[in-house]
Amino acid sequence: MTGLLIKNAYVIDPLNGIRGEVMDIAVRDGWIVESVQDGAEVIDAKGCLTLPGGIDSHTHICGTKVNFGRYMMPEDMRAGRTQRRGVMHSTSGYSVPTTYGNSYRYCAMGYTSVLEGAMAPLEARHTHEEFAATPLQDTMANTLFDGNWPVMEAVRDHDVKRAAAIVAWTLAAVKGFAIKLTNPGGSECWGWGKNVKCIRETVPYFEVSPAEIIEILVRANELLRLPHSVHLHCNNLGVPGNYQCTIGSMDLAPDLNPDRQSLYLTHVQFHAYGGTSWKDICSKAEPVACAVNQRPQITIDMGQMMFGKTTTMTADGPMEFNLYRLHHNKWSNHDVELETTAGIIPVYYSRTSVVNCVMWAIGLELALMVRNPWQCLLATDNPNGGPFIKYPEIIALLMSRRYREEELQNLAPGTMSRITLPALDRELDWHDIAVMTRAGQARALGIRSIGKGHLGPGAEADIAIYPLRVDETDPSRQYRDVIRAFQKTSWTVKRGRPVARDGEILVPGTNKTIWVKPKVPEEYDMGKDPEFARNFDRYYTVRMSNYPVQDLYLQRSLCMESEAQL
Amino acid sequence: MIVRDVICPFCACLCDDLDVHVEEGRVTGVDNACDLGSHKFMTDHRMEGPVRRTASGWQDIPLEEAIRETAELLQAAERPLLYGWSGTCGEAQSAGVHLAERVGGIIDATTSVCHGPSILAIQEVGHPGCTLGQVKNRADVVVYWGCNPQHAHPRHLSRYTTYTDGFFVKNAFKERRLILADIRGTDSTNVADEVVRLQPGGDYAVLGALRAIVRGKGDVVPPEVAGVSREQLFRIADLCKKARYGAFFFGMGLTQTAGKYKNIRNAIELVDELNRHTKWTLTPMRGHFNVYGFNEVCTWMTGYPYAVDFSRGMAFYNPGETTAVDILARKECDMCLVVASDPAAHFPAEAVEHLASIPVVQLDPFPNLTTAFARIQIPVAVSGIDAEGTAYRMDGVPLRLRKVLDRGYPDDVTILSEIARRIGEGGGA
Repeated sequence: MTGLLIKNAYVIDPLNGIRGEVMDIAVRDGWIVESVQDGAEVIDAKGCLTLPGGIDSHTHICGTKVNFGRYMMPEDMRAGRTQRRGVMHSTSGYSVPTTYGNSYRYCAMGYTSVLEGAMAPLEARHTHEEFAATPLQDTMANTLFDGNWPVMEAVRDHDVKRAAAIVAWTLAAVKGFAIKLTNPGGSECWGWGKNVKCIRETVPYFEVSPAEIIEILVRANELLRLPHSVHLHCNNLGVPGNYQCTIGSMDLAPDLNPDRQSLYLTHVQFHAYGGTSWKDICSKAEPVACAVNQRPQITIDMGQMMFGKTTTMTADGPMEFNLYRLHHNKWSNHDVELETTAGIIPVYYSRTSVVNCVMWAIGLELALMVRNPWQCLLATDNPNGGPFIKYPEIIALLMSRRYREEELQNLAPGTMSRITLPALDRELDWHDIAVMTRAGQARALGIRSIGKGHLGPGAEADIAIYPLRVDETDPSRQYRDVIRAFQKTSWTVKRGRPVARDGEILVPGTNKTIWVKPKVPEEYDMGKDPEFARNFDRYYTVRMSNYPVQDLYLQRSLCMESEAQL
Repeated sequence: MIVRDVICPFCACLCDDLDVHVEEGRVTGVDNACDLGSHKFMTDHRMEGPVRRTASGWQDIPLEEAIRETAELLQAAERPLLYGWSGTCGEAQSAGVHLAERVGGIIDATTSVCHGPSILAIQEVGHPGCTLGQVKNRADVVVYWGCNPQHAHPRHLSRYTTYTDGFFVKNAFKERRLILADIRGTDSTNVADEVVRLQPGGDYAVLGALRAIVRGKGDVVPPEVAGVSREQLFRIADLCKKARYGAFFFGMGLTQTAGKYKNIRNAIELVDELNRHTKWTLTPMRGHFNVYGFNEVCTWMTGYPYAVDFSRGMAFYNPGETTAVDILARKECDMCLVVASDPAAHFPAEAVEHLASIPVVQLDPFPNLTTAFARIQIPVAVSGIDAEGTAYRMDGVPLRLRKVLDRGYPDDVTILSEIARRIGEGGGA
């Protein structure tokens, strides 16, 4: 492969301390290098904003429930159709696009790595099949352990090492990336149509609490030396008054890792509600943001909600049933034996709904009140808070007080007294945005070491060049230009190769999947544990030998091995 | 040699505990499988190589020529239909969708004549479902409606319901109540605790009556509904509400009888209603081993589970218009590629008559009724016996089919990719 030289790039590269500098970027064999010989392909960035490829640290784009969202909603498929053109396949879908739709749209926005937020281990093969059809991003999968029977048994026995061993075996077997807890304990309760309200309640039969599951797995995660921390969807999502539960969950994680957070709380907008019912719901973003500010071991993502039609899909099955009872729209549910659950319903977030307006404000308040952008990442929990194509609007809202004020005019009467957004003057800068959309994700996910999220020599050459001159743009006033620029890169470069120009996809692409394999001592190898194997074959409906995902499902495979300390 | 934990490529139960005995390139025995599964492994009347119909009878042709002619037929066609797909692996289905997109054709699966109505109902009201292990480990009430699992899914009861103990159901045969709803007595109704013997076409009304009772509106229910007494309806509704965990399975007796998708909608809404009282899930008894796989693959690639028309360059879905039977009955289709199914055996006469008048190419390991209408047939490896690949169980659990022996046949993926290559572009990225 010949090299690539990007000239005159206005670079913001937070992980390397570059806060805005015009420079050249040299690329060889897919990696960023010091220099490249003559004859390399040249892209003139013309002084435009150049960032590491975007990383989404929490999105739902592939797997059983995502596909079921498409399956049950032909109306959403019709709402976003494109024709086959050049190397691009036809695409369908607005809030839950087809795999190619997701891949092309993310690519046009400069996103080159994405983490699927929830994969049931039993159905991992499905997620990997869809990853293979998501050609222009590197993918990772959060792996669900919220209702895992063997894990809950280990938690009940306060056996951190056994819990770690089960996680290690499962992650390697299903080629997962990180531990995901969605409403921990609640998914098992949902097997009986019930739920847990907060972290101190007890799961029937297993006699463990969500707090115990979280505490043990946070410690197990560090014993396994996984790149990412435990990724938590707190209990009690979407319920007025849930913010205390959220802050209580943060308190379960000690500061265990110098390189990143010890606990990642996802889509915190949905977990920062005050009040006692839908009638008196109000924002509690302030105490939640304060709690984050006081705890360097916590990183969150916004879970911003944006107005319009979308689809909610989550492993929080009981929450989706409650939503169904609220909306009386169509409802799907999918419980997975011994592991987890999932639910899906379509929603419409309306400016005429005070509840929705409060939700919209909370996400922004969190991002503006968490002082350190490394601790609050930009995401919508795509598509739950809104489809990812709304990210440019969120960026503009965070950078422009004027834009926020305009939007505040349109909110339902009665919203203002329930939110603090109108009082927030802060306007984020370009560097903050670069942190919140790529560098922060790379650090939080622990993938800087494999060259993600920065543009220094040794980085993988995933680069986004946006049609925007920072020196000529005042984001506070010209927020429409900001939106336009972040919607479509001039160039997206993936693995050293230009893959999109002005939104047109240039190459078919090949997916790469990043997964983890913690190496454990022989006595902790669950593959050889007689009790584990006996219960597996007795209670699952697939044989243990048919469970692991074969290597051939990964077109390109990047296995991050670690030496577990068990 | 014994190959352990083999996945059975017959029905959508995808039993994965078969032991297959292989000697000298032949299956000599199968342990754990039902009769249907065993038969598929043991059967040996495959076609030897590609054949072409001529005025004087079948002519053996080289594979290369069969592929070339198929590619030419597909390219020449104005409105090609790519139909079947339920008896092959996901990788072949994926190649098929790419091929349909490439030639601007219509792709449809056997779904449209089996559980298509279930999908239409799901698209209206959703689907409260689960994996089968949830039922095995928890269910104390199981309903089978409009199906005869003892014959169509012979190990369903012994792997997932009545005859298998689960974690919270230590003695399943005693603890699980089995309700069978059918218009006739079958080997499945024979083992039920409660049989709902309804009149043909009465499913919608009976499900509606049950919904009314569960909602507390039982006073509107007349003394008899489609042959079922009011007393029995109340007894069943009570049993369902008092269940700790209930599981509702249904078959083509519900999807393809009067009311069609409205029946399924009523069943789903009954289950939704029961979820306000206790835990219930619903699962369609999908037939072919990978019919659900086609729906999954087609959905992530095109946005729709079946019946996708690419003639305008984008994916267009309108069952009733873009479904195989309708395209054929309207005589729009001018070429048909049949993969891993037998439309001539299952389609209405009108559709089959049109099939007889257009070029048909069939990829199938075995001769079947559609062979009689085919211009070309290319025998391929059997997915799950002499070819690997992915299949999705009726509940969505994906499994890797094993290859237990090599008979030297090319697999569907190879043939379809080769056809696509001939047409001028690779099937995929």
